[in-house]
Amino acid sequence: MNIVVLVKQVPDSGAERTLSRTDHTLDRAGAELVLDEINERAAEEALRLKETADAHITVVSMGPDSALDAIRKVLAMGADRGIHICDDRLHGADLLTTAKVLAAAVRTVADVDLVLAGDAATDGGASAVPAVVADLLALPQVTHVRQLDVDAGRVRALRETENGQTTLDAPLPALVSVTEKINEPRYPSFKGIMAAKKKPVDTVGLDDLLPDADGFLVSRTRVVEAVPRPPRAAGTRIADDGSAGRQLAAYLIAQKLV
Amino acid sequence: MSGAKPMKDPLDLLDLASTLTDEEREIQATVAKFLADRVRPHIGEWFENAHFARELAPELGKLGVLGMHLDGYGCAGTNAVSYGLACLELEAADSGFRSFVSVQGSLSMFSIWKWGSEEQKQEWLPRLAAGEAIGCFGLTEPDFGSNPSGMRTRAVRDGADWILNGSKMWITNGGIADVATVWAQTEDGIRGFLVPRGTPGFTTQDIKQKMSLRASITSELYFDNVRLPDSARLPLAEGLRGPLSCLNEARFGILFGAVGAARDSIQAAIEYADSRVQFDKPISAFQLTQKKLADMSVSVGNAALLAVHLGRLKDQHRIRPEQISVGKLNNVREAIAIARECRTILGANGISLEYSPLRHANNLESVLTYEGTSEMHTLVVGQAITGQAAFR
Amino acid sequence: MPEVLVLVDHDGEHVNKSTYELLAVARRLGDPGAVVVGTPGTATRLMESLARYGATSVHAAESKDAAEFLVTPAVDALELAVRDTSPAAVLVSATTDGREVAARLAARLGAGLLIDAVDLDSSGVVTQIVFGGSYTVRSQVTHGIPVITVRPGAFEPEEHPGEAVERTITLPVVDPATSARVTDRRTAPAGDRPGLTEATVVVSGGRGVGGADGFELVEQLADALGGAVGASRAAVDAGYYPHRFQVGQTGKTVSPQLYIALGISGAIQHLAGMQTSKTIVAVNKDPEAPILDLADYGVVGDLFAVAPQLTREVAARRAVG
Repeated sequence: MNIVVLVKQVPDSGAERTLSRTDHTLDRAGAELVLDEINERAAEEALRLKETADAHITVVSMGPDSALDAIRKVLAMGADRGIHICDDRLHGADLLTTAKVLAAAVRTVADVDLVLAGDAATDGGASAVPAVVADLLALPQVTHVRQLDVDAGRVRALRETENGQTTLDAPLPALVSVTEKINEPRYPSFKGIMAAKKKPVDTVGLDDLLPDADGFLVSRTRVVEAVPRPPRAAGTRIADDGSAGRQLAAYLIAQKLV
Repeated sequence: MSGAKPMKDPLDLLDLASTLTDEEREIQATVAKFLADRVRPHIGEWFENAHFARELAPELGKLGVLGMHLDGYGCAGTNAVSYGLACLELEAADSGFRSFVSVQGSLSMFSIWKWGSEEQKQEWLPRLAAGEAIGCFGLTEPDFGSNPSGMRTRAVRDGADWILNGSKMWITNGGIADVATVWAQTEDGIRGFLVPRGTPGFTTQDIKQKMSLRASITSELYFDNVRLPDSARLPLAEGLRGPLSCLNEARFGILFGAVGAARDSIQAAIEYADSRVQFDKPISAFQLTQKKLADMSVSVGNAALLAVHLGRLKDQHRIRPEQISVGKLNNVREAIAIARECRTILGANGISLEYSPLRHANNLESVLTYEGTSEMHTLVVGQAITGQAAFR
Repeated sequence: MPEVLVLVDHDGEHVNKSTYELLAVARRLGDPGAVVVGTPGTATRLMESLARYGATSVHAAESKDAAEFLVTPAVDALELAVRDTSPAAVLVSATTDGREVAARLAARLGAGLLIDAVDLDSSGVVTQIVFGGSYTVRSQVTHGIPVITVRPGAFEPEEHPGEAVERTITLPVVDPATSARVTDRRTAPAGDRPGLTEATVVVSGGRGVGGADGFELVEQLADALGGAVGASRAAVDAGYYPHRFQVGQTGKTVSPQLYIALGISGAIQHLAGMQTSKTIVAVNKDPEAPILDLADYGVVGDLFAVAPQLTREVAARRAVG
């Protein structure tokens, strides 16, 4: 079985995130980048499949040089090879371009049975890159999966969203994105860390993946304005007169928190 | 708060990470993550309840921490700097865990790896590396600490066997060990023996009411006419050089570990000082607090640089015992001073187990003494620079 | 006026409130056209409600398969409707399904996608709040027909009664090799709360909760908000709630969008674990409680009165949605 795991590096969620003043993209220089934990869970699911079936795992990441660290981490966990998509022209890529490039990278891997990804990157929140990759590769979209069962050429999965749970069934090849609840990812072992250095990682650029991309667009949207929200103002304080619960609800609704 | 964001990691001040390889950094980060997930949330409670989390041994084994700097027999085979950095992170969580790993890897496993027969290695090293078996190391006795050559534990020949009598004191992991490396006088001088748990006449007693290393087990070992076959003897170890070579391995881990305890104490103090407001400003904005934090950051930076330097020497197989003495002497001494100073920044909260500095300070009382007291290391350095031995 | 397509969220019988919100905001850009994807007969059932909230046309994309496959029938329907109507924009609710539908649609159209809009002006400029509320960003689509997902609750529904024209979209037959089949549906099991460190909402109780029984109030509010439950050290030490839920210096460090502290005074050890939360709400009897100084919204009052009232309000709000 050939499995491709898509991973993404994100700023450490504990760190403060800022937008670049010049182009309103995420200022990645200002924050420590780490492998998004949800991606580790996707990798873990691939590794568990590898333990029960003969599987070859390719890890794909798009991003600057530091994305290599994310690839190495998954190789240290036990994946077999890496593809690093690195091209300055991809800076500020929108969701569609990101998905197109990732899909093109998946196509370079022969006979893929399963594409695995995390269901949400903590820095973006669109949670939709996997769905688009499925569309571009004409694979069944099995996303937001809390429980996965791959057997006899089929995927059976429990999908969990704010609307509840659904059971999904699809034939392989398929694309699966996993939620934070699917598993507890393993720690890379020291032997794995040392072995990862020797595993192959191909670095590819836009010209390798989309050679005849006429009129390549890095983004189809434009940020008009990005304003840091004002720091926490002096808070509101009320004494309960019997309606505090209702006032509090109104506050949360106004803040779009409910 | 104004200006740059406070730097919560005092080792960042010198960008120590830039002197490490990717592999060393990844190993360090992996250990730190494991401890953050599995040890830090509970360590205060474990310390208070004098609980050693035995169940973590197989997990540490899975990571590759146990005997990590040894080659073969299921060991990871990392370099010495990586081993040191793992010890640094372990001790940043708690000296008790670092002690467990030091004893398992550098004393128990190293003694077998270095001085054992092929059969002994095959029997014990894979299980010890996996954390399925626990090892301990018996050298110190109730009446012989700095002067191990005076030991009273004695092994005498009885036909093809040996009969072992005596006791060992302050033995980390003793009460839970599946195998003890025990050093004893024989008519040929000091020899080492592997004594499995359950051997008739071998008993242990855990030491209670400790005020230090509470999250680790410390025991006394008793040997009452313990009959051992000659195959239990470590065939390659002759004389005091056997145990002392093991201690040098362990001390190497300690001189990194102390940096971890110090770093963790300073981090706790900085975070607290940033959030504790007195006289309408955080106490980190007061000059006296800043002097403490600055001096401690300088000191821990020096200790870390010393540790990494000694690690590089060790990886080049050029390290000498007196250099390890310099490292252990300085780094443990500085670490305990730092931990105590950090406690003062935490004020009354500093006596609570919610914060690490006083726990580190208490642990470091043991670290200051074990594996060669600071006094003995002072004399080792003194001898190295004067040529005069002043031990006795 | 050009058409603005709106994907209708429904349960087969009723239109979800979030769709009315979309119809209201769609009118800023053009004539709202509602796209109904469902089993045959659904559009007819929903027609009147959609027209009352401003839909000027209703595109019925109906087939037996429509509810049996995940996401793709809606993408197919919107793609066909877009080819049919050349709309000014396509609006979809920013739910999990909606985001996926919108993104796949944008990919097929080669069009720009803007997610999680909280505002939208007549020139198509969208306002988003990103990075957990730390930035307000205004963006617009530069290529293709804008596909926009709109955060539920960001707009108020407005009745705007009129006549709606019904149109039919012929859905292609779903290829089971490229779509996942939905074989079962159920609502999320009760008590299945998100993990403390991952939750976007955390409701924590302290000593003021008064006992293990009192934590039911905390749990009820957390469940109404879809959040996790936390506890202060004082509450844990008193045995009110298990240790693994402790937030603070020796417990977990959380940084949710919303942190609600009930009966927590705010000792420095607790603040260390939650002070980076984006919005902090505190309810405490003691006006001197330090947590009230940190709170964006502080209530001096009895949590046993305030919390249940808040829970009811939130549940009522959710029920409408």
